[in-house]
Amino acid sequence: MVPVLEAKQLSKSFKNFQAVNDLSFSVEQGDVYGFLGQNGAGKSTTIRMVTGLIFADSGTVYIKGGELRNNSRHLLEHIGAIIERPDMYNYLSGWENLKIFASLSHKKIPNSRLHEVLELVGIENRRKDKVKAYSQGMKQRLGIAIAMVHNPDLLILDEPTNGLDPQGIAEMRKLIQHLSHDLGKTILISSHLLYEIEQIANKMLIIHKGKKMVEGEVAHLLHPGDTLIQVTTLPNESITAKLVTSSWQEKVQQSSPILTTFKMDPAQVPQLNAWLVNNGIQVLEIKTKHLLEEYFISLTNDAATTH
Amino acid sequence: MMQLLRIELFKIFSRPRTYISFAIIAAISGVIQLAMLSDGGSFVNFAMQGVNEQFDIQGKILNGYLVTYITLQSLLIHIPLLVALVAGDAFAGEAGMGTLRLLLTKPVSRTQLVLAKFLGSLVYTLLLLIWLAIVSLGVSLLLFGPGDLINLKSDAFVLIMQNDILWRYAAAFAFAGVAMMSVSSMAILLSVFADNAIGPIISTMGIIIVLTILSNLELPLFTLIKPYLLTTHVIGWKGFFDDPVPYHAIAHSALVLVIYTIVFVGAAILFFKRKDIKS
Repeated sequence: MVPVLEAKQLSKSFKNFQAVNDLSFSVEQGDVYGFLGQNGAGKSTTIRMVTGLIFADSGTVYIKGGELRNNSRHLLEHIGAIIERPDMYNYLSGWENLKIFASLSHKKIPNSRLHEVLELVGIENRRKDKVKAYSQGMKQRLGIAIAMVHNPDLLILDEPTNGLDPQGIAEMRKLIQHLSHDLGKTILISSHLLYEIEQIANKMLIIHKGKKMVEGEVAHLLHPGDTLIQVTTLPNESITAKLVTSSWQEKVQQSSPILTTFKMDPAQVPQLNAWLVNNGIQVLEIKTKHLLEEYFISLTNDAATTH
Repeated sequence: MMQLLRIELFKIFSRPRTYISFAIIAAISGVIQLAMLSDGGSFVNFAMQGVNEQFDIQGKILNGYLVTYITLQSLLIHIPLLVALVAGDAFAGEAGMGTLRLLLTKPVSRTQLVLAKFLGSLVYTLLLLIWLAIVSLGVSLLLFGPGDLINLKSDAFVLIMQNDILWRYAAAFAFAGVAMMSVSSMAILLSVFADNAIGPIISTMGIIIVLTILSNLELPLFTLIKPYLLTTHVIGWKGFFDDPVPYHAIAHSALVLVIYTIVFVGAAILFFKRKDIKS
């Protein structure tokens, strides 16, 4: 089956800064594809390239098998996107904004569809208000309504939870899950937060400094067996010796008298804790952290030190 | 294309800012008319001082046509600035608001978008001129009544009979439409390069002011470039109040303005089609 979106060897630089470097990925029908990276990693530049806002220096974007550069007017019909902030005409109402952008589609979109999407994103009762009176969350919702009003094959949501409060983030997550699970939408969602992507996406791509670092199924990348369990204990010189003779030894990553790290399924933590206590090792703290998270944090630190 | 134009017009006329220009024109025109009502006689006597010494002029010199001519002299220099308010905002304003990227993720042709924005600002410009005709000519005729028009020039004066005036105003306003179209296209071109509306608005105003100064400076250095300056031709409407009307010069000016418009819009399309939208 032809991917809904396919990017092949995309590169883009601005003056001397290489924003995206030889990046390839594809989004299949039904995917919720998480696009993860630190701020400045190249996510927005990539998204702008796949939506035709920015022209790649090299590489090709295909939408439903068609090359975007040659036929952008036709192919953009398959996409609904909200990029960075949900900026709209503040002096117009939500309804007028939606009507304007809906009318740019090649399809004739009836008013009933406009009401339907506003109902779906939960701002139907505020449609007549000027957008300048909307909260950030409402603007995000209107942005999603605008992106999906023409019923596109692919929704592209660039950092849709940016600027939202915790309740707004939870509501946005719920909305995206509804679009995916209940309405079967294919979604490309970017974020700089791993936990946000892992809750929503089934596939994930991590980019760093414009280059692909990791790509795959979220279930595989975040396999429970790849979780790091860090156990902090009261100083105990015998802990290493005791572990060597136990079945836990094969899971040990590193060991010291006060800190031992295991790589294992977090479901086994209660048994591990019981074994430690039974062997006279006094546990102060147990922390779990997935390997991918650890890796992602290391990219963060790398980015922080290089900036 | 028509849909894009409809949207552009809806956006232009939904913004309160658009009506500022209409209010400014009404205010300036109103102030001039008020001043003429209160002390127009003295003004006319002063202006006609030299003429009255050599000619015996009968009739109602202070009339609606004269007041309109004075108003146009004052306003047609400023209208380009008002045109820039909307045309300069066309792309840069959208880029500044962030709506340009949302607009271009929709299946929209960039060429058609430039043309729609140009036509949108042209409609606004023409409405502005129609409004100017209403508040200057219409209201002046109501307040002062008709009469023969005396057009005072630096070295001569032209007397135009009452029944020969109205068509001249119609032609002058039509010419002003062509002139403002070129100004509008320049503002659109500058707008394509900017991500903030202030830049192209100020730049258009600045260019018009500088070119107007250059057009009016009687220095040999500028004589060579004057025939090519936009502002030299923008004031071509005044030719309709000469006798005989210099049709050839007016047509030449109109042609230069149309060429300027084509070049500006063409360049805007060329650059915008290749522009990375980073705003």
